[in-house]
Order: sequence, then C-alpha cells, then structure tokens
Amino acid sequence: MATQHSRAAARLMISPAVILLFLWMAVPLGMTIYFSFLNYNLLIPSAHNFIGLQNYDFFVTDPAFVTALVNTLVLVLGVLVITTVGGVLMALLLDRPMWGQGIVRILVIAPFFVMPTVSALVWKNMFMNPVNGIFAWVFHLLGIQPFDFLAQAPLFSIIMIVSWEWLPFAALILLTALQSLDSEQIEAAEMDGASAFSRFIYITVPHLTRSITVVILIQTIFLLSIFAEIYVTTNGGPGNASTNIPFMIYSQSLLQFDVGGGSAGGIIAVILANIVAIFLMRMIGKNLEA
Amino acid sequence: MGKISLKQVVKKFGEVEVIPPLDLEIEDGEFVVFVGPSGCGKSTLLRLIAGLEDVSDGRIEIDGKDATDLAPAERRLAMVFQSYALYPHMTVRKNIAFPLKMAGVDHAEQERRIASAAKALNLTDYLDRRPGQLSGGQRQRVAIGRAIVREPAAFLFDEPLSNLDAALRVGMRLEITELHHRLATTMIYVTHDQVEAMTMADKIVVLRAGVVEQVGSPLELYRTPQNLFVAGFIGSPKMNFVTGKDAAAHDAHTIGVRPEHVKLSKDTGHWAGTVGVSEHLGSDTFVHVETEGGLGLMTVRVDGEMDVHHGDRVFLTPEEDKIHRFDEKGQRL
Ligand SMILES: Nc1ncnc2c1ncn2[C@@H]1O[C@H](COP(=O)(O)OP(=O)(O)OP(=O)(O)O)[C@@H](O)[C@H]1O
Ligand SMILES: [Mg+2]
Repeated sequence: MATQHSRAAARLMISPAVILLFLWMAVPLGMTIYFSFLNYNLLIPSAHNFIGLQNYDFFVTDPAFVTALVNTLVLVLGVLVITTVGGVLMALLLDRPMWGQGIVRILVIAPFFVMPTVSALVWKNMFMNPVNGIFAWVFHLLGIQPFDFLAQAPLFSIIMIVSWEWLPFAALILLTALQSLDSEQIEAAEMDGASAFSRFIYITVPHLTRSITVVILIQTIFLLSIFAEIYVTTNGGPGNASTNIPFMIYSQSLLQFDVGGGSAGGIIAVILANIVAIFLMRMIGKNLEA
Repeated sequence: MGKISLKQVVKKFGEVEVIPPLDLEIEDGEFVVFVGPSGCGKSTLLRLIAGLEDVSDGRIEIDGKDATDLAPAERRLAMVFQSYALYPHMTVRKNIAFPLKMAGVDHAEQERRIASAAKALNLTDYLDRRPGQLSGGQRQRVAIGRAIVREPAAFLFDEPLSNLDAALRVGMRLEITELHHRLATTMIYVTHDQVEAMTMADKIVVLRAGVVEQVGSPLELYRTPQNLFVAGFIGSPKMNFVTGKDAAAHDAHTIGVRPEHVKLSKDTGHWAGTVGVSEHLGSDTFVHVETEGGLGLMTVRVDGEMDVHHGDRVFLTPEEDKIHRFDEKGQRL
C-alpha cells in the first residue's frame, strides 16, 4: 500500500467523501456568515443590502440575549451535573450482580431511544401537568397545592426532562468503565484498610475520570443545542425564562422571518460553543491523555 | 506475631466444594509455601486467609484470636497479588503510602516508612513515577513495598513471580527470601513452581483438589513423600515410577526412584533400554531412556561430561536404599 501509485489511488478514492464532507460543513457555514451581514428579511422583499455588523449588534443588545446565554449555560451545567453524578450512582447499582440484570439494563437505556419531542410531551402531559399529571396527583395525595412545574420553574423542569433523556447514556458509558476496573485493585485497597467510601474515592473515581470526561464532552455538544424539549413544553416562556440561545435564534429568525438576524445568532452560537469547548478542554482535556 | 491456624475450613462455590474440611497450622515467622497443580485451590485458600472470600464452614484463627468474620483490613495481613494490583493513577510514593494514609498514620511517619521501604527495595529513584512507567520487576517491588510499610502480622503472596522472566525470577526469589530473614515475619507464598517451593520454603504444603497431601520441610518431602502424588510433584525432573514384578520384588504395588538415584552404564545393569532425548544442562545431563520390558520411559541424571547418544543401548540400576515404595492406594509403605 505504500507505493507512490497506490497512495495516489487511495487519495483519489477517498476524495469524493472528503470533498462532500467539506462542502457539507463549509457551505452552510459560509452562507450563514454571508447572510449574517445582510439585511435579509423574508417579509421585506427589497434588495438584500450589506449592513455590516448591525445584525450582530441587534442580536446581542436584545434584552433576551443575556437571559438566553445564562439559561443555556445553566441548562448545560445542570444536566451535566445531574447526569454524571446520577450516572455514576446508577452504574454502581447496575454493576451489582442481581436477578434480571439483562432486562434491567435494557430498561435503563430505554429513555435514550425516545425522541426528544416525545419524551418532552410525555413529561409535559403525563407528569408535570398541574391538573392531570402524576406529580399533581401525588401532591393531592399529600394534601399540598399542585405545583405547576412548567410555569413556575420552567428551566428546572426542562433540566429534569433533558437529564432523564441523557442519564442512561452516562450510566451506560460509566458502567462499561466500571466493569473494566481490575477487581484485584479493589481487593488490594480492601487489604490496605480502605473503607468502601475510600475505595470509591481513591480507586473507582480516578478509574472513571476518563469516561466521565468523555461523557461531559459528548453531552456538552448536544446540550448546547437543546431545542425540541423547550419548543414542545414551555415555548421559551414564561416570558423568556426558559429561552436558550438555539431557541432565541429560532424565535428571532423563523418567527420574525429575519434570515440575517438568525444567521448572526447562529454564528454567535458557534462562537459560544467554541468558547465552551476550549474551556472544557483546558479543564478536563488532560484526562484523555494516556 | 503471625500465627495462623485453619480449623476444619471448608469453601464451597455454589454446590462445588473447592476446599473440603482442611486443618493447617502456620507458626509465627515461618515461610510457608502452598504448592500444587493449577486449579487445586491454592489461591482460594490464600484468599480465605486474607478474608477476601468468606469461609463456608470452619474457623480461621490469627494469633489465637478468631478471625473468621473479620474484614480483610482487620486481620493485619498484607497481600501481594499476581497482577501486582498497583493503583495506576498514583505515583509509587502514593501507592506505598496508601495503606498508611488509610490507617491515619501521620505525615512524618509516613515519609519515614516510605523512605526505609524504598531503600530496602531499591525503589528510591522511582518514587515519583507511575506504575505504568516501571518494569515488571520494579512493579513487583512496589507491590512488596506497599505490603511491608504496614508492618503486617503476615505476608500473603499469590504467585508473585509468575509474570517475570526466568532471570528476574531467580533474583526476586532471593530478594523475597532475604526479606523474610530480615523481617522474620510469617509469609505464605503460593506457587505452582516446585523449584520456588523447594528453594524458599521452611514448610511446604502440597495441595491437590483442595486436600492437603503432605506438609513438611522441603527435604522431608523430597526424602519421604507420603504418597505417589507428592513423590511425582516434588523433585525435578520427576520421579520414575515402576509397577509390576520389579515392584512386587520390593513388596510394593509401585516403586519410585528419582532420576538422580539411578546409575547409567553402557555394559551392565538392572534394566536395559535405548537412549532417547538427552537434555544437556552443562553440569548435568538428563537422559530419557525407553526401557525394555514395558517399564516405559525413564529419566536418569548423569554427569554433564558423560558421552551418550540417541539410540545407544544402555543399562540402568536404581540405588537400592533410595527406592520409595507405595501400596495400591498410592500411600507410602
Ligand atoms: N469465584 C469462583 N466461583 C466458582 N468457582 C471458583 C471461583 N474461584 C475459583 N473457583 C474454582 O476453585 C478451584 C480452585 O481455584 P484456585 O483459583 O484457588 O486455583 P489455584 O490453585 O490458585 O490455580 P492456579 O495455579 O491456576 O492459580 C478451581 O477449580 C476454580 O474453578
Ligand atoms: Mg491461583
């Protein structure tokens, strides 16, 4: 495979895929950047003239922007904390030998297969509905005034829904990591006088750090762009209490037919994602090194 | 202090009885080796003593106190695992310090003990490395270091040398024996290598299928094996066994004679045969002789200079006073 000829052939063969992937990424990005500098609104069929950074200015100075930014970060961080901590605990439980282990594991992974829109609807109508929801029923049983989750704690409710979707993913990755832990190491620690808690802190957690890092990185990518759950449940409200950046872009561009403004928002989201990525890699990236 | 006694200890995994009722006394300061073929329950027995497995029945006493239900840490034993079981994310220093940290030993004392263990085991230059950056022999020493800083009542070793190459194994064998002389702490050592057993042990426990076949000093086992199994297991190359009329002539069902107790001659002797493979070790040569009269293959140890070749016709004579006699059940007569 190492001759000049075969290498040239190999390049030729993979070029369609590479070119396609490149176009797939570069064209939308290029067009988005281009549109973000235009005065381009579908409701105003005039010439799309160049207006410089006005779209960005408009998006960033929108009073909703800071709220959306904070909401985005709170949403990402909240879900990450819940899923990693919950995922570790769940993995520890699933790692215990028990009856019906196979079935339980399938049940645990199930939420991950439910589409975001569907799971959000299930949560909205079946659990959190203040009149007919299961939570409302439980509150009734306890003689407490039902709590309207989506109206009174919208962001918290969305964090719960998204965490429910992502918990199985974290639990499963961490479970496989847990199973690869050498049992002799745990036994050695046991002989060294470490309590169950110390064994967890000094042996299990360090062993899991790499997988936890992977879970955090992968989830962050997806959590930054949470949209369906918000759209289906709170529609960003009340007010903009549960609006994140993707939802704001949607309401800016699609609801107001403002292609230029939406594109500017998209680019801001890309920049935000990059900042978060750099930040994450600085913080935990070293865990991935062998 | 490290006197360990097992009283009618039984271990079952589900329905399978891996260790049938077993009694064993291990004296303070002794170097005891458990030896036996693969799967005979050596590791299981060691783990029972360590407390990593629960006994199904019976009692384990350490220094006269019942330890059957004590947690591993409370038994004050230290174990060196076959896979070393070092903590990969900690430096050598932290690995060795771990048991001290768990015991709440103060920092200065930790440093002192780590330094002395590192010095004893030639690890001083490696204290800040991770286990992944060490060779097999060094890892082994770290594992031993982690065990000795606790100043345990006894050390348990589970085939600690089986991952090392032959030269290193000989070196570590000496180091561990030396360590035993220096610390004078009880050591229990599991191996399936009978050379390790013979060279290191004060007392050898030969196991087969969870049953203690014989307990004794290496030379006792060599000189007076109590049954065919021990006779065949201890000694290298293996003892030659003969049944039939030669055995009957000695009033036995089977007689055994070690390769070093058979004389080989080119002109006259008790059994005739043809030379097969000769293994030249330099000092000695092990000659495999295909005997006539249905006695099968016999191994003879001769001087390294002796001139024998494949296909030569030779004669073998056992030394009369070195013949071991066994009955039909394989017990020594
Ligand atoms: N956890 C377990 N569950 C069921 N059976 C087991 C378990 N651990 C060991 N055994 C069985 O117990 C017997 C003794 O095993 P053990 O590990 O003590 O052997 P060993 O003498 O150490 O062998 P080796 O020299 O190969 O290490 C084996 O037949 C093994 O299959
Ligand atoms: Mg074993």
